[in-house]
Amino acid sequence: MKILTCPMNGPRNITEFQYLGPFRAMPDPDDASDTDWAQYLFRAENSRGPVVEWWRHTPSNYVFLAERHLGTGDVIRTFDPSEGRPS
Amino acid sequence: MPLKLLKYGLARDYPVTGDIPATPDLRKSYDVVIIGGGGHGLACAFYLSKYHGITNVAILEKGYLAGGNTARNTTTIRSNYITPEGIAFYKEGVELYGEMSQELDFNVMFSQRGQLTLAHSETTMRSFHLRAEMGKHMGTRLEVVDQKQVQELCPHLNMDYGGALEILGGLWHEDGGTARHDAVAWGYAAQASRRGVEIHQRTEVESINVNGGRVQSVTTNRGEIACGQVMIACGGANYEVAMKAGVRLPIRCYPLQAMVTQPIKPWLHTLVSSVSLHTYLVQSSRGELVIGGGSDPYQSYSTRSTLDMKEHLAQGAVHMFPFLQNMRLLRQWAGTTDMTPDYSPIMGASPLDNLWLDCGWGTWGFKATPVAGKYMAQTIANGKVPDILRPFGMDRFTSFELLNEMGATAASH
Ligand SMILES: Cc1cc2nc3c(=O)[nH]c(=O)nc-3n(C[C@H](O)[C@H](O)[C@H](O)COP(=O)(O)OP(=O)(O)OC[C@H]3O[C@@H](n4cnc5c(N)ncnc54)[C@H](O)[C@@H]3O)c2cc1C
Repeated sequence: MKILTCPMNGPRNITEFQYLGPFRAMPDPDDASDTDWAQYLFRAENSRGPVVEWWRHTPSNYVFLAERHLGTGDVIRTFDPSEGRPS
Repeated sequence: MPLKLLKYGLARDYPVTGDIPATPDLRKSYDVVIIGGGGHGLACAFYLSKYHGITNVAILEKGYLAGGNTARNTTTIRSNYITPEGIAFYKEGVELYGEMSQELDFNVMFSQRGQLTLAHSETTMRSFHLRAEMGKHMGTRLEVVDQKQVQELCPHLNMDYGGALEILGGLWHEDGGTARHDAVAWGYAAQASRRGVEIHQRTEVESINVNGGRVQSVTTNRGEIACGQVMIACGGANYEVAMKAGVRLPIRCYPLQAMVTQPIKPWLHTLVSSVSLHTYLVQSSRGELVIGGGSDPYQSYSTRSTLDMKEHLAQGAVHMFPFLQNMRLLRQWAGTTDMTPDYSPIMGASPLDNLWLDCGWGTWGFKATPVAGKYMAQTIANGKVPDILRPFGMDRFTSFELLNEMGATAASH
């Protein structure tokens, strides 16, 4: 079983977590062109490297960010969204 | 006859005919370069050579022939999808499987034994009614069945479970079936190479050289090749290979796992799957039970199995068929699947003039091997995307015309 370290609850079995998908900065819905909006919705974060993504610790319903390497599967760090979001 | 056979068997030198020739030297240029020697690339080459007279074709495969997802899939062939565009396409795919052994003069062991999908809730039953009506409308064999019919179709199912997982009914897809995955790839390879197509194994495309909106050449570990037309059919590597040409596909990769048990006498005469248990089973012609299910819960390029997913599959299988509890597993594996946002493939044009896409096959592309090959060959030969492929274009993600097959693909086969 893999272990994921929750910023609030500490190390836990990864099955206690729900993966919520990659972090994407949302463009302003009023200003964004259709193309930009489509990019925002469907653009893929899929390189064999580190990505930042949303995760939720299900029992405590706590949502946080994790930086994970898609090639090796290593979790690089986990942090609360208040500690800064990627641009 | 027996004497002749004996004589042949004991002869010192009898001719050995290989189905697939050894990898030849690379030439400087080809009319068509197909990147990826899985079922899709091979099928396209076959159709190009047989039906369009295009034989100056090279298939570039970084590993061994069809060792990607074609080798890893659980061989469910079906057309019980939900969008009219999807059903029309997959329906032709199933029909082409029906004639494949004849067409290829190679036994692909297509067995059209029907697929039974189980419902454990009223919600699922409702969605089955919708799928059945869509299927009937499009001319596939698909109907909703009740508990009694489920029992008749698959007498070994555990109907007494009760509770939230009681079997309430099912979706019976008489057109569904299975075929031998390796034979499909080898059959296409043999026929295509007989017509002059070159299959280059252990030939990896390292870069795609673009100039003036066209692919000029590809660089491989064995040298550079100039190309007229190029098709990408790289399974789990589609995103990365398309990126080499500067094309960013809306694809994210998830592992998909499967396993087989030891072989036993044939007893399971349909394909069975359960939406709620995320598990499906098929008995291979060798007697092994092939068990598959849902994708891993998060994105990754890993092709390692995980204990929790295997436990989950075993649990689902034993739930449906409790007498399987003492079975042993023979093999288990995972593949990298290239998932699209709407669970439909991306076929047809790319932003580059001579680069064609046969991508986004995720967890559902084996059944489409012949039909994708047929129409991708037509696309490349005519330089024009045929009507049946138009809805699957990459541009649907900018025009917001998605083809949502998520519900019909949730059990990942
Ligand atoms: C566990 C599992 C179960 C599945 N079950 C089903 C099922 O029941 N029914 C169904 O319809 N589908 C199923 N699928 C999906 C199906 O396997 C695939 O969609 C289908 O096989 C894709 O075929 P392909 O030829 O496009 O890709 P592949 O067979 O993956 O072939 C692509 C080839 O491209 C090569 N390649 C990659 N990069 C390069 C490069 N740079 N240069 C040269 N070559 C390269 C690879 O080595 C590979 O051989 C399943 C998939 C998995 C993983």
